[in-house]
Amino acid sequence: MGGPGGGAAERSPPARSMLRPFELAEPTSVTEASALLARHGDTARLYAGGTELVLAMKEGLIHYDYLVNVKTIPGLAGIRRDGDGTLRIGAAATHRTIERDPLVREHFPVLARMETDVANVRVRAVGTLGGNLCFAEPHSDPGALLQVFDATARIQRSGGERTVPLEALFVGPFETCLEGDELLTEIAVLPLSPRSAAAYLKFGYLERPSVGVAVAVTLDDGHVAGARVAVGSVGPVPRRMREAEALLAGTAIDGAGAALAEAGRRAGRAADAVSDLHGSAEFKEHLVGVLLARAFGQALAALRGPG
Amino acid sequence: MREVPIVMTVNGDRQELVVPPWETLIECLRERLGLLGVKKSCDVQVCGACTVLLDDRPVSACTVLAFEARGTHVRTVEGLARGDELHPVQEAFVEHGALQCGFCTPGMLMATIALLEENPSPTAEHVKHYMRGNICRCTGYKRILEAILDAGRRLKDGG
Repeated sequence: MGGPGGGAAERSPPARSMLRPFELAEPTSVTEASALLARHGDTARLYAGGTELVLAMKEGLIHYDYLVNVKTIPGLAGIRRDGDGTLRIGAAATHRTIERDPLVREHFPVLARMETDVANVRVRAVGTLGGNLCFAEPHSDPGALLQVFDATARIQRSGGERTVPLEALFVGPFETCLEGDELLTEIAVLPLSPRSAAAYLKFGYLERPSVGVAVAVTLDDGHVAGARVAVGSVGPVPRRMREAEALLAGTAIDGAGAALAEAGRRAGRAADAVSDLHGSAEFKEHLVGVLLARAFGQALAALRGPG
Repeated sequence: MREVPIVMTVNGDRQELVVPPWETLIECLRERLGLLGVKKSCDVQVCGACTVLLDDRPVSACTVLAFEARGTHVRTVEGLARGDELHPVQEAFVEHGALQCGFCTPGMLMATIALLEENPSPTAEHVKHYMRGNICRCTGYKRILEAILDAGRRLKDGG
């Protein structure tokens, strides 16, 4: 039935589309995009990869009269590294670009590996880091891992900008701290201090992760000089687990088991687990402890080097 | 509503279209261009039946908007064979019996081509990871995996 050998001639436009009509705006600067958002208010939404937004619109869950395409703004998809080692990822960089980027792979291998396991290769080829963070779907990987690198979000609007810790970006499920005319333009990922390593582990049997735990550990002479722990997918927003971090700081590596178990319990409770299709709150709390211990072990193994 | 003019090549043929921004790529390819090898199944980017390539990127045509194809070279299963001569990846799938009902096959083939262009000598683990998002409900994947590994060898041998 199909045109032979791909020699397709145009027939007629689709009789009925899956999406309700909307207007597309393609700004060429952040200022222009911000002005468009200000003008159209709640009827407009930023559009990047569309892997979450278009899906939700297709399902009829949400509708916008205007989509503002951020991909036509030059310079929003780059990845660079400052002299001090800070990695700067443009909000419109795709998961696939990040996963394959030589700078990310060399200096933030855990970030590259996490990106390799986001959804599937087609979603990663189109979906962007900024879109992922701004959509704020609770069941997601990057928001948790980036927090153990003390990542910050650069937020711009027409005539101003601010930088917030990534933790502050997430306000609730599908809700960020962005004002109506603001755009997330860049994510800064800070290098860990020397003698540090990070790890991210997740568990899930559905398309999206059910539980994600990130750790970053700094060692000093057989002791944990500092630890960062972040949990994602479990509660309404990904967040740092400071009580668990405090428990781990100062412990001797040999015999860290008890502190780790207690840190796991505290992190599980603090994660504000919700029962949903992925499992009961109790089940997820338990998994937080399991993954925390494993991720901690993986970070230590990375610090001890190969072999 | 303002429509979007797009110029792209589809399986080597230049196409100049004007599409509404809300038209999905699968609607454009199947209904406007009659490329019915692009299969619609899950419709939520999970199953891979609608996999097509935009340049070297595999995408889910079910959720990507048609205007995103502007300026790209779109490849679908219809562009693989040259007349009666199958593409080496198609040959490998046939010879290994890597399909039963065949509904997932166009997407499997396109994903395989993207994989092998990026990594001509993948290990079985690479293949499993890359193809994780292409679902087959018939074969149990063993023959698909064998076919993909063999397709890699065929392409390297100048197939």
